[in-house]
Amino acid sequence: MFENLSQKLDKALKMLKGQGSITEINVAATIKEIRRALLDADVNFKVAKEITDEIKEQAIGSKILIAVSPREMFIKIVYDKLTELMGGQKQDINIKGDPAVVMIAGLNGAGKTTFSGKLANFLKSQGRQVLLAACDVYRPAAMEQLKVLGGQIGVEVYTEMESKDAVQIAQNAIQYAKANNKKIVIVDTAGRLAIDEVLMKEIAALKKALNPTETLFVVDAMTGQDAVNTALAFNERIDYDGVVLTKLDGDARGGAALSIRKTVNKPIKFISTGEKMEAIDHFYPDRMAQRILGMGDVLSLVERA
Amino acid sequence: EKTNQNLFSKLSRAIVGKSKVDDEVLDELEEILISSDVGVDTTLKIIKRIEARVAKDKYLNTSELERILREEVIALLMENKTQDLEDFLVPEVKKPYVIMVVGVNGVGKTTTIGKLAAQFLKRGNKVVLGAGDTFRAAAVEQLKLWGQRVGVPVIEHGMNTDPASVAYDAVKKGVEMNADVVIVDTAGRLHTKVGLMNELAKIKRVMQKVADDVPHEVLLVLDGSTGQNAFIQAKEFTQATEVTALAITKLDGTAKGGVVIGISDQFKIPVKYIGVGEKIDDLQIFNRKEFVDSLFKTQK
Ligand SMILES: Nc1nc2c(ncn2[C@@H]2O[C@H](COP(=O)(O)OP(=O)(O)OP(=O)(O)O)[C@@H](O)[C@H]2O)c(=O)[nH]1
Ligand SMILES: Nc1nc2c(ncn2[C@@H]2O[C@H](COP(=O)(O)OP(=O)(O)OP(=O)(O)O)[C@@H](O)[C@H]2O)c(=O)[nH]1
Ligand SMILES: [Mg+2]
Ligand SMILES: [Mg+2]
Repeated sequence: MFENLSQKLDKALKMLKGQGSITEINVAATIKEIRRALLDADVNFKVAKEITDEIKEQAIGSKILIAVSPREMFIKIVYDKLTELMGGQKQDINIKGDPAVVMIAGLNGAGKTTFSGKLANFLKSQGRQVLLAACDVYRPAAMEQLKVLGGQIGVEVYTEMESKDAVQIAQNAIQYAKANNKKIVIVDTAGRLAIDEVLMKEIAALKKALNPTETLFVVDAMTGQDAVNTALAFNERIDYDGVVLTKLDGDARGGAALSIRKTVNKPIKFISTGEKMEAIDHFYPDRMAQRILGMGDVLSLVERA
Repeated sequence: EKTNQNLFSKLSRAIVGKSKVDDEVLDELEEILISSDVGVDTTLKIIKRIEARVAKDKYLNTSELERILREEVIALLMENKTQDLEDFLVPEVKKPYVIMVVGVNGVGKTTTIGKLAAQFLKRGNKVVLGAGDTFRAAAVEQLKLWGQRVGVPVIEHGMNTDPASVAYDAVKKGVEMNADVVIVDTAGRLHTKVGLMNELAKIKRVMQKVADDVPHEVLLVLDGSTGQNAFIQAKEFTQATEVTALAITKLDGTAKGGVVIGISDQFKIPVKYIGVGEKIDDLQIFNRKEFVDSLFKTQK
């Protein structure tokens, strides 16, 4: 449905043909197309503007190489920029502690409970003793859902079916872990919107009471322009350590990842790529850059440029 | 309490200190629309229309911009010639009226079914639910809890059973029980998964063994916080299952509403319901005028 950056640039770059260098005047249309491509990928409007301003500055004055087309040169500039913005050192989650506590938070339906199961499975496969704690006291059958996932992967799930006190359940789960030689407690929490003050207070209280070794913010790759506001609002309340990007098995470009990275400046630590318990992976900035640009063939281009 | 940054408050901020609608104001407006997820195409359409009005009326005042924007948005929404509902009414068909609910993962299908059942029941209808999501962990349990909460029966075959046969059974029980409405839940599926999309057609076919005009409605649920992918979802689900109505959920969030404008503009399928929270009463009939009013309502 949406053209990728390459197609968009083809149109805009027609006018650059035969010109020796990139100037303020001949670059305007190209920059506009790059911005549109970023918006189509759900990169936040402000972030897209900042990025394209930087790209423009970088491009102006540079000579158009004879060896490559201006289109390829621009794609390389954009691709490098996005990779750089999303990159940095790969960061693992912190699971030191006895027990280590990993708290999972995010919007409704983002994929928190599924991810909690996946992370438990991932850590278990490294030989660690994991406990899942069911602290979503609101959504119908949320605890049941985590229990089913725990059963599938052979990880124990701590629940208090009748309780409505998420903080208390989590604290009891940690006590239970200590008594039963579990080294990591993964705390699944209810979905909430950033504007829901009652629930935002609850998650802040959880963070304070548990003092987790690792707090992860889970975000759906399909999220639109509001991703930045949400990510900022959660960050303000729970100062998370990393981001998990879910549902990347679909065709969403996932521009939200870039916006969050640039605005909140927290690393993306995991991605989720399906409903099965094995569908978890590390985050690779270069792949994400290609995805946002809607092209899988950037690498070969980039090598030539 | 919940606060909401609507179009109006963003617009007021953008035109502070400006008297005339110039290119800069139009750029600001473009930014506001895009940052509300209206989508690039529909945004450009709206901007073009406003530009045309500015050209006609050279000294268009910024104080008039709000009114003009409102008029243009309403005009755009009205081009989608579908009728707004008056209430949660069950259309006249040979009973029961069958609704199949579809959408990608986690958008709010099951919750919307619970809320919708409550509204239909409240208006004196007999409602039956079908637990056709037999895949996601505890999905049947979730719908059963909604059934209890609302007070309507849920037809289920348990987890990991054939969803088509659950749907068949739900419709059949609906007929036997002389129900007015049957609502069938389905598992969330990304539109890129061909096998799962084909499964929807199969569920329909099997239901049609009970009555050949079912389902009367295929309700596609979209998450209001989804960005540009919402347009692709609408397109792909429409192709796979002839979607007849849309529900847009989680509109209790910030910056929202834009996606409704874009979707109404790009698709000729009526938006029937909007979800505004997790509670049983948090479902509303979509009404274009009220919706646009809410976008422009002055906030404290
Ligand atoms: N395709 C796909 N589906 C996913 C992925 N992660 C989660 N899901 C599905 O998305 C839906 C919602 O996932 P949950 O784990 O229940 O989400 P949640 O954030 O816990 O939801 P709430 O607790 O209601 O806020 C389910 O249907 C999951 O199977 C993913 O990476 N890919
Ligand atoms: N704030 C808010 N939350 C909602 C709304 N509608 C649904 N939710 C929440 O979104 C999450 C997912 O809802 P579900 O009804 O389970 O979504 P689903 O589409 O059935 O999910 P799958 O079956 O896993 O694909 C739950 O936490 C719901 O409470 C809404 O209008 N507003
Ligand atoms: Mg959950
Ligand atoms: Mg469901």
